[in-house]
Amino acid sequence: MHGVVNWAVHFFMLDEGPLIWLSDFLIICASLGILAVLTKFRLWKWLWDEWLTTVDHKKIGIMYMIAAILMLFRGGTDGLLMRAQLAWPNMHFLNADHYDQIFTTHGTIMILFMAMPAIIGFFNVAVPLQIGCRDVAFPYLNAISFWLFFFAALLFNLSFVVGGSPDGGWTSYPPYVENQFDPGPGENYYLVALSITGIGTIATGINFLVTILRMRAPGMTFMRLPMFTWSVFVTSVIILFAFPVLAVALALLLIDRDFGSHFFTVDGGGAPMQYVNLFWFWGHPEVYIVILPAFGIFSEVISTFSHKRIFGYSAMVVSMVAIAILSFITWVHHFFTMGAGPGVNSFFGVSTMAIAIPTGVKVFNWLFTMHKGRIEFKTAMLWAIGFIPNFLIGGLTGVMLAVPPADYQYHNSYFLIAHFHYVLIGGTVFGVFAGLYYWWPKMFGVLLNEKLGRWHFWTFMIGFNVCFFPQFFLGFMGMTRRMYTYPAGYGWGVVNLISTIGAFLMGVGFIILVYNILWSARYGERDVTGDPWDGRTLEWATTSPAPHYNFAIIPTVKGRDAWWLMKQNGESINGPKGVPFRPIHMPNNSGRPFIMSLFFFILGAGFVFQWWILAIIGFVGVLVCMAQRSFEYDDSHYIPVEEIEKTEAAAGRL
Amino acid sequence: MEAKEHKFHREEGFPWKHILGLFLSLLLTAIAFWLALATHQPPALVITIIVILGVGQLLVQLYMFMHFTESDDRAWQVPALYFGLFIVFCVVGGSIWIMTFKSIVA
Amino acid sequence: MSNAHTAVHGEHHPVDPNVPLEYQGEENSLRVIGFWLFLAQDMILFSSLFATYIVMHGRVAGGPTSQELFDVTGFTIETIALLFSSFTCGLATYEMRRGHRDAMIGWILVTMALGLVFLGFEVTEFIHNVGEGATLQRSGFLSAFYILVGTHGSHVTVGLLWVTLLIFQLLRRGITPVTARKVFLWSIYWHFLDAVWIFIFTVVYLTGKVI
Repeated sequence: MHGVVNWAVHFFMLDEGPLIWLSDFLIICASLGILAVLTKFRLWKWLWDEWLTTVDHKKIGIMYMIAAILMLFRGGTDGLLMRAQLAWPNMHFLNADHYDQIFTTHGTIMILFMAMPAIIGFFNVAVPLQIGCRDVAFPYLNAISFWLFFFAALLFNLSFVVGGSPDGGWTSYPPYVENQFDPGPGENYYLVALSITGIGTIATGINFLVTILRMRAPGMTFMRLPMFTWSVFVTSVIILFAFPVLAVALALLLIDRDFGSHFFTVDGGGAPMQYVNLFWFWGHPEVYIVILPAFGIFSEVISTFSHKRIFGYSAMVVSMVAIAILSFITWVHHFFTMGAGPGVNSFFGVSTMAIAIPTGVKVFNWLFTMHKGRIEFKTAMLWAIGFIPNFLIGGLTGVMLAVPPADYQYHNSYFLIAHFHYVLIGGTVFGVFAGLYYWWPKMFGVLLNEKLGRWHFWTFMIGFNVCFFPQFFLGFMGMTRRMYTYPAGYGWGVVNLISTIGAFLMGVGFIILVYNILWSARYGERDVTGDPWDGRTLEWATTSPAPHYNFAIIPTVKGRDAWWLMKQNGESINGPKGVPFRPIHMPNNSGRPFIMSLFFFILGAGFVFQWWILAIIGFVGVLVCMAQRSFEYDDSHYIPVEEIEKTEAAAGRL
Repeated sequence: MEAKEHKFHREEGFPWKHILGLFLSLLLTAIAFWLALATHQPPALVITIIVILGVGQLLVQLYMFMHFTESDDRAWQVPALYFGLFIVFCVVGGSIWIMTFKSIVA
Repeated sequence: MSNAHTAVHGEHHPVDPNVPLEYQGEENSLRVIGFWLFLAQDMILFSSLFATYIVMHGRVAGGPTSQELFDVTGFTIETIALLFSSFTCGLATYEMRRGHRDAMIGWILVTMALGLVFLGFEVTEFIHNVGEGATLQRSGFLSAFYILVGTHGSHVTVGLLWVTLLIFQLLRRGITPVTARKVFLWSIYWHFLDAVWIFIFTVVYLTGKVI
């Protein structure tokens, strides 16, 4: 009996102190609260029918966005804990172990469970509407992608209170993370959760490639695609070719840990650097996976709010394709200090610097789009304008890091930390915020408040610079990343304190965003036109939110900025009057993606704790779900004409 | 819709194309086995030749068996394959190039 | 011309007698492309395993080397079985396009038999190796060898399970656009595995005998 209690106390980490108790308490309260609300208002059936089983890209996009905002909160809390710990020399707010776990989960969550779902959420929200089709190519697979991500995120976050979080950094380098040095379930959580969400991401890449290749509306040629859709296309190609490499790196490390092989161990002929090599073969393209869609969002936003066509459309496309190709041949710059030799380091230094060229082309195109435009300073536009100088700082310090001899000085210092936060926050997070303000009315039919939006922008933007700009200097002063505390007398104290103040200001910005969302849900201006920004692309041609089938009649596209052209010519989205509607073929909802992903979760938990019976149950469950799907022949239905007429009449489009 | 020039292989008569594919793959395999196991040429030469033979076999599979170029999407399918092979080259060639650092350092 | 192909959910597609069944209809053509893209990512997955194997090849940690370990008879039989199975699988597609369901199922069964022969020899080889102490845990080289070759073997196993399900569907429904597409996708998967094996016997087995 005593043994069992001891085991349970350790397993649920009740011996780890008040932070865990507080988390346990909050998790239990939140879960009970959600259950109570669902039961009290009899929402279980609604939840299952409308959300858990949906294959509608619009709803899946919304679920991705909600998950991304929750994960931004989780990752942001981690970040604030780290900044609190580092605010002053010799602090012992967190001990070394906890600090390691927190910087690991911060990085992993922000990249894979915040940035990825946010951009994939926008894929879902915008792409099918922008190219004028009714859903993605494989709606059922799309639901699988989402639920795999969801359960992977659940599994990863569970590590905080069950068994211990991973603590090997978001890159999880061996040999430190091998069993010998880092036993326990922590790193397994990382490996398993990332593998599961990676499968979903690859499926998303395939899905959107086929969607954009084959489901464009008539007349929507490649050179007429909206810029965001172009960025999604290029990103999907990168996903397709980069994520399998991550899957292999993670799987091999998991096999090392679970089955005692010698891929990346120090003994037995292992090659730890091969993990690093594979990891960054994915890791560098991953940076472009999260930044290119943000570029796409900025292109849309800048063009819309400057009321001009995008400047240099073909140059934009060519530079994105060039970035995609170059992104696959720069990965060694993450480990110049491995010492691969002058030939290797020179090649990868030069290829890295070459990326600055197409990126520079894009920056100039955005500037020229704004030049002589009638600029409207809506919140989305503020994020886009704020992005340019901030991203420029990130990009230029990146070129500094690309010089191998100089990199030996900057490597793993706070200079690097500042650099990639300027790129990822100044680029991706600003892009996500711009996209939120821009597409929020299309997602929910409500505009976010502009005044609160401006407060959100300014607090976050100023906080971000106060937080990260001093870190360039901390790097020069010799402070390295991942140190949990530092002695007085180096002159780091005040600079760190300033940085921490900035971080909390960013936190205030986030709270304003959440308040804005809640305020707007209740009091926000309703979007009755479907086109609140005087938009240029097809998503603004339909109602906000779009009807289930998106377009009653598939529009015919006559040029770039298709909806703008239609408005100029006084055309309706449903074409000339009197064209009869036809029944619309739509996929059925299915609970199987949810259930199958639940089995993946069980399988993953088995691998985390090496409980093989659990793993086998999960594995068999996954196989049974796949076999069932193979025998499913009747998986679609038709929306009758009367229903379409009713919906279109209500939208005033008859 | 106007007439489309599909390149679908007409499946009539004796399956000569498949027989030819089988013959080619067996021939290429036999040469590779013979070179590697029965001759005593320098290893670098043997490995280079058998990898080239392997690429030849890949093309046999793609064009003889996998109906690679017959669909309407061949216009992008073929360049996509070459881009895929470029990535394969980056992963494999890059790994070999980068991971030989031990021999340089030692 | 490309616009005529930009398919849209819900548009009616007339049956075109010049187009094989597996390409007919929008759903089918989308899935064929999607599957080619799946194979593209699988190709990258295997190439990462190949890269790791090549890096690890010399890291034997005092254990058996590739020259000591590999058995020529075994991998020759495996190669021949898989090459012939690729051919018989091609014949199954050929019969499918001619509309001969039973001949098609016959060739699929032959393909499965050859696949089982291949798997049988592979499993025997692994068991034999393990019996001699050449386990996954023995050295970096052996870890890379087992995982690369084993990943291919598990792909073959999945292929066999998959086509078993398809045979039931063929027996019940005959050759329809949907079943034809399913068998077609399985067949390009099977040829793909043959192509991967070509590189395994080249890069792993033959090269392992040379150096």
